[in-house]
Amino acid sequence: MSGVRVLVGTRKGAFIITSDDARHEWDIAGPHFPGMEIFHLKGSPVDPNRIYASQASDWFGQIMHRSDDGGKTWETIGNEFAYEGEVGTHQFYDGTPHPWDFRRVWHLEPSLHDVDTVYAGVEDAALFKTTDGGQTWLELDGLRHHSTGNTWQPGAGGLCLHSILLDPTNPDRIFVAISAAGAFRTDDGGQTWTPINQGLRSDYIPDGDAEVGHCVHNIALHPSKPDTLFMQKHWDVMRSDNAGDLWHEVSGNLPTDFGFPISVHAHEPETIYVVPITSDSHHFPPEGKLRVYRSRNGGNEWEALTNGLPQENCYVNVLRDAMSVDRLDSCGIYFGTTGGQVYASADSGDTWQTLVHDLPAVMSVEVQTLP
Amino acid sequence: MIRVILPAHLQALAGTGKEIGINVDGDVTQRTVVDAIEAAYPALRGTIRDHRTKQRRPMVRFFALEQDLSHESLDAPLPDEIARGDEPFWIIGAISGG
Repeated sequence: MSGVRVLVGTRKGAFIITSDDARHEWDIAGPHFPGMEIFHLKGSPVDPNRIYASQASDWFGQIMHRSDDGGKTWETIGNEFAYEGEVGTHQFYDGTPHPWDFRRVWHLEPSLHDVDTVYAGVEDAALFKTTDGGQTWLELDGLRHHSTGNTWQPGAGGLCLHSILLDPTNPDRIFVAISAAGAFRTDDGGQTWTPINQGLRSDYIPDGDAEVGHCVHNIALHPSKPDTLFMQKHWDVMRSDNAGDLWHEVSGNLPTDFGFPISVHAHEPETIYVVPITSDSHHFPPEGKLRVYRSRNGGNEWEALTNGLPQENCYVNVLRDAMSVDRLDSCGIYFGTTGGQVYASADSGDTWQTLVHDLPAVMSVEVQTLP
Repeated sequence: MIRVILPAHLQALAGTGKEIGINVDGDVTQRTVVDAIEAAYPALRGTIRDHRTKQRRPMVRFFALEQDLSHESLDAPLPDEIARGDEPFWIIGAISGG
């Protein structure tokens, strides 16, 4: 029986929500790791029973987990993330040099080809890789040692590498995004990196079109068109059709172009989704109405999706890793809120249902489409 | 046998109860006690102290006989009552957060 498995990371544990392909009835399991902040969980595209999870706290540091049975049971795996070579400094909020200091894993991106290979994006910003199922992690330090690295500054959430996109047509090409440094691309498997921020315009930094320094919130691509990238920036929704070499704005008629997540429809590479948020100082939806916006032509023309979502007195946020899509014939869209709700649409966003009302604040939502 | 009291989250992570017993060969110090904990419970590596520097994590404290030993030398002998197993060595997470 095919179906979906929704992996929800929250401030106080992980929850696993499952359904068959009709997506009418939902089973909620959890909390796994109760009381602990689960930043991100993600399953392997090679073997959906293999799931990796990042747990982090100021008390006991980074803890990593792995499941080999679809999230029923878990084992701890390696949690040592040591920077390679000269640690060096980046800039702190006030512009002073600040030694790179590992704090947590923000995002896990399992390989498209090997169940034991996973990339981890961390704070302070760096990219790590395991090839042994998470027992050991090695930094791909060409990124952090980029010539601009000592100028990177943290965003409000820290200097975090939060987005990792693997090109399904080219195993040597990886895109990452860092708040508040910007987006970067490697074409040699992570040895060397190029900032890909041309065309971004950020009015909140002294040099608005600088090579680095942009607060990119999330990036997304469709596997059939990996040279087309979509970006939700601090402000502005952006698009590139040449693998990030040049971006242009596609915010169009959005009520606000501030937000965190951006996702692409599973079967329509020009259909994209964002959740507009009022502003960087008001991290809640405009007018108290929770609206997902969909563009069916790659941006600029957006429609509000509201059927089933609260349209009054809603003041939650949707974090950058808290939206995902399934790959069933009728594409499902899922997102979680800082108010602990998880919403799903089984019809590409036309109608929404509430999977669960009262979880802890949702940090991340990933969906597995099960055979 | 050295008796060690773990904070709740580390009990869950290690799959233990509140108190564990560990064996230490030689001098009984903060360093050798945590060495033995990590050897017996690999899931706790990196949670009490940094992997490489071996420094206590900032929001973890060590107590024995109602005394805060957090800022004592890692290699200072722990009290005899701890070494004999008469009293437990306490690992405590700071009270903070939400």
